[in-house]
Amino acid sequence: MVNLETSEVVLSYGSKRVVDDLDFIVPEGKITAIIGPNGSGKSTCLRGLARVLRPAEGVITLNGRDIHAQPTKAVAKQIGLLPQGPTTPSGVTVLDLVRRGRYPHQRLFDQWSTEDELAVRNALVLTGLEDDPDQYVDHLSGGQRQRAWIAMALAQETDLMLLDEPTTHLDIAHQVEVLDLLRDLNRTEGRTVVMVLHDINQGCRYADHVVAMNNGRIANQGAPEEVVNSRMMQEVFGLAAVVISDPVTGTPLCVPDATDKGAGSEA
Amino acid sequence: MNLLSLAAPSLQTLSYLVVAFVSVAIAISLSRRITISQRAVRCRIFSGLTDLRLLRLCMGTLLLTIFLGLLGLEIGEYPIPRFEAIKTALWSRGGEFDFVVNSLRFPRVLAALLAGFCLAISGALFQSLLGNPLVSPDVIGINTGAALCAVFVLTVGADLSVLPWAAFVGAVLTAILIYSLAWKQGVNGSRLVLIGIGINALLASGITYLMVKYPIERVVAAARWQVGSLFGSSWSDVRILTLGVVIITPLALLLVPKLRLLQLGDELAIGLGSRVEMERMAIIVVASAYAAIAVAVIGPLGFVALLVPHMVRLIVGPLTGGGLLLTGLVGALFLLGCDLVAQQLFAPTTLPVGVVTAALGGPYFLFILVRYNRAL
Repeated sequence: MVNLETSEVVLSYGSKRVVDDLDFIVPEGKITAIIGPNGSGKSTCLRGLARVLRPAEGVITLNGRDIHAQPTKAVAKQIGLLPQGPTTPSGVTVLDLVRRGRYPHQRLFDQWSTEDELAVRNALVLTGLEDDPDQYVDHLSGGQRQRAWIAMALAQETDLMLLDEPTTHLDIAHQVEVLDLLRDLNRTEGRTVVMVLHDINQGCRYADHVVAMNNGRIANQGAPEEVVNSRMMQEVFGLAAVVISDPVTGTPLCVPDATDKGAGSEA
Repeated sequence: MNLLSLAAPSLQTLSYLVVAFVSVAIAISLSRRITISQRAVRCRIFSGLTDLRLLRLCMGTLLLTIFLGLLGLEIGEYPIPRFEAIKTALWSRGGEFDFVVNSLRFPRVLAALLAGFCLAISGALFQSLLGNPLVSPDVIGINTGAALCAVFVLTVGADLSVLPWAAFVGAVLTAILIYSLAWKQGVNGSRLVLIGIGINALLASGITYLMVKYPIERVVAAARWQVGSLFGSSWSDVRILTLGVVIITPLALLLVPKLRLLQLGDELAIGLGSRVEMERMAIIVVASAYAAIAVAVIGPLGFVALLVPHMVRLIVGPLTGGGLLLTGLVGALFLLGCDLVAQQLFAPTTLPVGVVTAALGGPYFLFILVRYNRAL
């Protein structure tokens, strides 16, 4: 298992502080969704957790030790990252892409072990790409391409996966498909998932733990039912909204208030 | 070179050329049909993936290269029977053909092969690292940096033996300059390209200044060297190239997996455990060193580093260790072929090989430009 914690972490780009005083313990074995308005520091927070961004102040610890003091390849065996809109190298096939996820497990003369092969096969099967792994990633549809990237992250075989908006640019069916896949991974393989999501309702539906961020700080965190309510929507998003119970899952569902005041009275 | 003395190429030479072109085209189209068949190779301490297709392509290229190399020993102003040429080159030194084979032709063939190998690999590393087929050491100014130092040596009339070292220093300094100018919390590929193009123009103007400032008789030598010529390649050139290839190639192969990671973008590369800046710097230094040793010996030869890696990538796909070696072999074959054409096309007048690579590379450059707007 992995234990990833931040204490009093400040993340900044140049002199601009984007995330301030972040104290966060990644809930092990759960799915965590980070929500918040644009510019609230969600992605930056994830980049900090993935050690892409070095904290200006404070410490991020992995299993009790400073993450930046550990060999980066050793960390990569425990934490995987899928950034938003990754660049696809031209002419790369699905198989080639997924194989690159095995890098942290490879050594100088041990470049393609049996474990590597099994992990890649497993990742392709889980994402439903095993039938035609020689397709070019460039030629895939948006949903398929996102699956290929997730397969790469899966092949890395980390206990913790960090994903930055894994559902952007996907249509609703593909969004559900990707989120179902992540939930299956969490339930069947016990992987910890932390993802940034734009859609609060999806966050409530799939996550065990919701973190609401505003102005670079954690405004509120906890189970979806505890965090997502109309007061939080007003404070964090500045939006008047009604929170009802999702008719299918019973999780919170946000419905923005009518901006056209006449619309409500007609109904 | 007196242009008026150029005789029209004979019908025989032309027909050879046509046959060569057609067979290259056929070879390329056939090689694309060989299916990928990868096998895992494992023993106690070693495991790896081999691509049988790459292996076959490498063998084929090697055979063609040996054949062309033999041709290079045989033909010329003074034709030598094939077996005699092989014998004199390999085991029976001395004898009737010793001077022509061992002092003129053999070192020239080897220099062409090694320089082609270096230039092609340099281009492959740069292009794959920056994800842009237009990036090669000749475009971002590495070759020009080497040339500026070398032209300086030629025009001030210094001892010619320091020329290779001057070129080497010039290339590495240019690479460091471009890299440090492009550094802004990490190096961004397209920023590096733009700065490289700017530096290239700056260095080229430096060369022009030297050419104008110094007396004409020294400038002529510099001008000829600048086109890229294998004329007068000596065993000391071959030694420099061999040493370079033997030292740098293992480093390049070690860096290939790291390069493949960097292709995924910095964030993913860090996530997968890459020390991004250090590894990118190492790849740039290795790629510059390859370009530098080639330029030091044969001049800033254009287009080999641009054309060959792109062509190979079109056939075999993204860079792998085997793909890197194949690129080098194809580069060797290509440069040797170009040099033979340069020597034979207007025989007895010989052209600098840079004229031939430019004649082939120019149209290919356009082809890439047009194609790049769509894919790859």
